[in-house]
Amino acid sequence: MEVADVHKRFGPQPVLRGTSFLIQAGEAVVIIGRSGGGKSILLKHLVGLLLPDSGQVRVFEQDLATMGERELLKVRRRFGMLFQMAALFDSLTVYENVGFVLRRERKHTEGEIRRLVAEALEMVDLPGIEHKMPSELSGGMRKRVGLARAIVYRPEIILYDEPTTGLDPIAASVIDALIRRVWRHLHVTSIAVTHDMKSARAISDRVLMLHEGCIYAQGSTAELLESTDPIISDFVNGVDNELAPDKTP
Amino acid sequence: MSRALAELGEFTRLVGEAIVSLRRQRPTWSEWIHQLYLIGVKSQSVVITTGAATGMVLCAQTFIQFHKVKMDTATGAVVSVGMCSELGPTLAALMLTARVGASMAAELGTMKVTEQVDALRTLATHPVDYLVVPRFLASLLAAPLLTAEAVLVGILASWLVGVHLLGIDSAYYLANMNKHTDPQDVIVGLIKATYFGGMIAMISCFKGLNCVGGAEGVGRATTEAVVACSITVLVSNFFLTLLLNAIFSH
Repeated sequence: MEVADVHKRFGPQPVLRGTSFLIQAGEAVVIIGRSGGGKSILLKHLVGLLLPDSGQVRVFEQDLATMGERELLKVRRRFGMLFQMAALFDSLTVYENVGFVLRRERKHTEGEIRRLVAEALEMVDLPGIEHKMPSELSGGMRKRVGLARAIVYRPEIILYDEPTTGLDPIAASVIDALIRRVWRHLHVTSIAVTHDMKSARAISDRVLMLHEGCIYAQGSTAELLESTDPIISDFVNGVDNELAPDKTP
Repeated sequence: MSRALAELGEFTRLVGEAIVSLRRQRPTWSEWIHQLYLIGVKSQSVVITTGAATGMVLCAQTFIQFHKVKMDTATGAVVSVGMCSELGPTLAALMLTARVGASMAAELGTMKVTEQVDALRTLATHPVDYLVVPRFLASLLAAPLLTAEAVLVGILASWLVGVHLLGIDSAYYLANMNKHTDPQDVIVGLIKATYFGGMIAMISCFKGLNCVGGAEGVGRATTEAVVACSITVLVSNFFLTLLLNAIFSH
C-alpha cells in the first residue's frame, strides 16, 4: 500500500497536506496523532471511503482515487474494517452482522456460514452470542463483534479506527490482544489509527506519526517511543506545551 | 439557488445509480419483502382511515351543495371520480410521506451518522443496492395497492353516509357512480400512486443518505424529506393530471 502526496480539505479547512507513506504486506502499523488531526480521515482514504483532492492511494497495484464506487467494492472485499463505534447494523442480529458479507455473496450454504460465523466469534472470545441484538451488547463486546465481522471473510488488510476509544483499561487490553492475535493467526496487514499510546505499543511493529496533515515521523515502535524530538515526545508522554506547569503564569 | 441545483444533481445521480442497480444486481428479496411489509402492511390502518374520512366528508359536502339544485343522486359520481383520480392517490401519498418517508429518512440518516453506511461500503455492498432499491421497489408496489384500498374504502364509506345517513336512493347512487366513473379514472389514479410511491422512497432515501451531523442532522433530514415529498406530491399531481388527461383523451 502506497500513499503518495495526498491532499484533502473540507471547505476551507485542509486536513491532509501532502501525506505520503508506504506499508508492506504483513506489517502491523499504527498511525498516531492528536485527536482531530485527520487520522480517521486518512484511514478512510486507505479503503476508498474518501477520495483525495490530489495525490494517490495505491492498493493492490490500483489507484483508488481513479476508481468508481462499484469498482471500489471489489477492492474493499479484500479489506476488513473495525469502526470507532463498531458500526454494527442495529436491525440485524450478531449472526446476521458477522455473516453479512458471506450471505450477500451467496457462495456458501447457510450451514457453512453458520460455522464460519461461529469460528469468527470464537476467535474474538464471544462464542454463542449469535442470536443477540447489538443493543444487548456492551461497548467492548460490540467492538469484538465488529472485529469478528471484519475477519470472517478472511480479508488481506484490516483497518482499525481508534479500536480502544471509549473502553475501560481492561476491555482495551482485551481488544489489543485480539488485534495482535488476528494479525498473527490470519497473517494480515494490520493498520490502526489511535491516540492511545498503550494500545500503539501493544499492537504495532511500526508507528507513523501524523502531525499537521503530514507524516511527521515514522519508525519502529521502540524508536518513536524513545524519541527526543519535542513534538514526538510531547505527544507520547501526553504533554501539552500550552498548559505545561513551567509555562503557566 | 446553486445549493438547490447541486442537490438536484446529487438526487439525479442517486436515481441513476438505482437504475444501474436494478439492471445489474439481483434484488435482495428478503429485504424487499421486509420493506413491503413495513411500507404496505403497516400503513394500512392510516390509509384506510384517511380514505374513509375523506369519502364521508366529500359525500356530505357534495350532497349539501347538490341538494340545492336537486342533483342529490349525482353525489356518488363526484365522490367516485374524485377519489379515484385525485383524492385517493394524493391523500394516500401524503399519508405515506408522513409515515414511511419520515421513517426512511430517519433510519438511513441514523445509519449514516453512526457510520453504518460506511460499514456497508467496507463490506463490499453498495448502499443503493442494499438500502435504496428494496425500499424503492416496495414503495412502488405498495403505493398503488394502498391507494386502491383507500379509494375502495372511501367510496364504501361515502355510500354508507349518502344512502343511510343522507337518504339518497341507493340504486340511483350506484347507477350514477358507475355511469360517470371511467376505467381511465382508475388507471390515472393508479399511475399517479405508483409515481408518488417511487418519488417518496427516492426522496426520503436521498435525504437520509445525505444526512450530516448527529441527532440534529437526523431531525433535519427527516423534516426536509417530509417537506420535499409533500411538495413533490402536490405539485407533480397537477402536472400529472394534465399530462395523463392529454394522453387518455386521445
